[in-house]
Amino acid sequence: MLSKRLIACLDVRDGKLAKSVKFVDTRDIGDPVEKAREYYLDGLDELVFYDITASSDKRNIMLDVVEAVAEQVFIPLSVGGGVRSVADATDLRLAGAEKINVNSAAVQRPALIAECADAIGNQNVVLSMDIRRVDVSDACPSGYEIVINGGRTPVGRDALAWALEGERLGAGELVVNAIDADGTRDGYELQLTALLAEAVRIPVIASGGAGLPEHLYDALTVGKADAALVASMVHFGDYKVSELKQYLHDRGVKMRMCW
Amino acid sequence: MALIIDYDAGNLRSVQRACREVGLAAEITADPDALAHAERIIFPGVGAAGSAMRSITSRGIDQALKEAIARGTPVLGICLGMQISLDRSEENDQRTLGLIPGTVRRFRFDRPELKIPHMGWNEVRVVKPHPLLADIEPGDEFYFVHAYYPDPDRSEDVYAVTDYEIEFACALGRDNYFGMQCHPEKSGRVGLQLLRRFASWDGTC
Repeated sequence: MLSKRLIACLDVRDGKLAKSVKFVDTRDIGDPVEKAREYYLDGLDELVFYDITASSDKRNIMLDVVEAVAEQVFIPLSVGGGVRSVADATDLRLAGAEKINVNSAAVQRPALIAECADAIGNQNVVLSMDIRRVDVSDACPSGYEIVINGGRTPVGRDALAWALEGERLGAGELVVNAIDADGTRDGYELQLTALLAEAVRIPVIASGGAGLPEHLYDALTVGKADAALVASMVHFGDYKVSELKQYLHDRGVKMRMCW
Repeated sequence: MALIIDYDAGNLRSVQRACREVGLAAEITADPDALAHAERIIFPGVGAAGSAMRSITSRGIDQALKEAIARGTPVLGICLGMQISLDRSEENDQRTLGLIPGTVRRFRFDRPELKIPHMGWNEVRVVKPHPLLADIEPGDEFYFVHAYYPDPDRSEDVYAVTDYEIEFACALGRDNYFGMQCHPEKSGRVGLQLLRRFASWDGTC
């Protein structure tokens, strides 16, 4: 039986690990390569690196980080942040990324999803969606709207419609990131996660808001997610990866427990 | 020294890195002549059966690989590299190498909550001892990502199975050929142990 996955997300700015609260206020919290290795040895199932470097002339630092991590971490490695073209995706793949996350650039130009899927395979294209709750309207019948540029710019696009279009264009997986919940540690946006997980046939990763082990349990059961993504919970040392997996396992969630 | 066959089927450097981690020097090559002198061969790959077969036949890799196997060179197939060792694939309705009798089939599920591809970690259950699987213990999981699965004709070719709604063969082999549906290079410690075993495998079972 397929296990649910625990994924840790590391935001990287100028080659250093950063963690944002509600997407804006970021601070540096350490060396991403060291953290990645630590989580890997502690049983993490998958890693996501998100490049939040502001200036484009420092983008190559990210390739070095990915390369250094790939040298010593032998689990799937997913990288995103600023991927605008097949060339960006290919550079990251050569550096050692397994999967490529597309986000804002795909919203602005949806064909990017199909182009990447064609070049590196559907299963390696992850559509990462930043989503906020809004009033139900004709433009947003699901009551959830896509925002881009690190959560700052709403685009008036319905999240459910975009998830379905992303799947149709060839995305192999969805990250459902609730920006209302991001960094709050109050729990995932379960209703949103379940809405999208039931609508698509590709795996869904719940993201944004994890603070307690039970939040992960909720995302993987009520939220119907295939994987739960954590950041602050493990970065600041409040919980260990192995501890979270043991908790989920004890509550009957199928997890990989031998590593 | 091992050779990793490059036929435009995905990123091979992760396989190369994992080999290096277990002390197996591995070179990536698209040259069929090089296979004649290889000490051992890794045949990886992701992608579609149709384009993969076109790519390997146009380069003459199919023939070179068959000759290497006939000479007794240890060969490890991974994911698509394993799938095209069977007779045919439902993907692109493609005739494949025919090293192992059988067909590659697509997962077909009625329940929409069963996601395709089968992506993530799942248990590899050994059903027949093999030197490459010697370190695997009950509960050990490997990383999978695939929409098609191998269905070998003969049960004696099956070394390990995995459950995803159905039970399918995730490791199969014959003599000095061994293939896996999962990705040892992405499967943490247990995957590295398997590659370490391959690094010193003499091709006997």
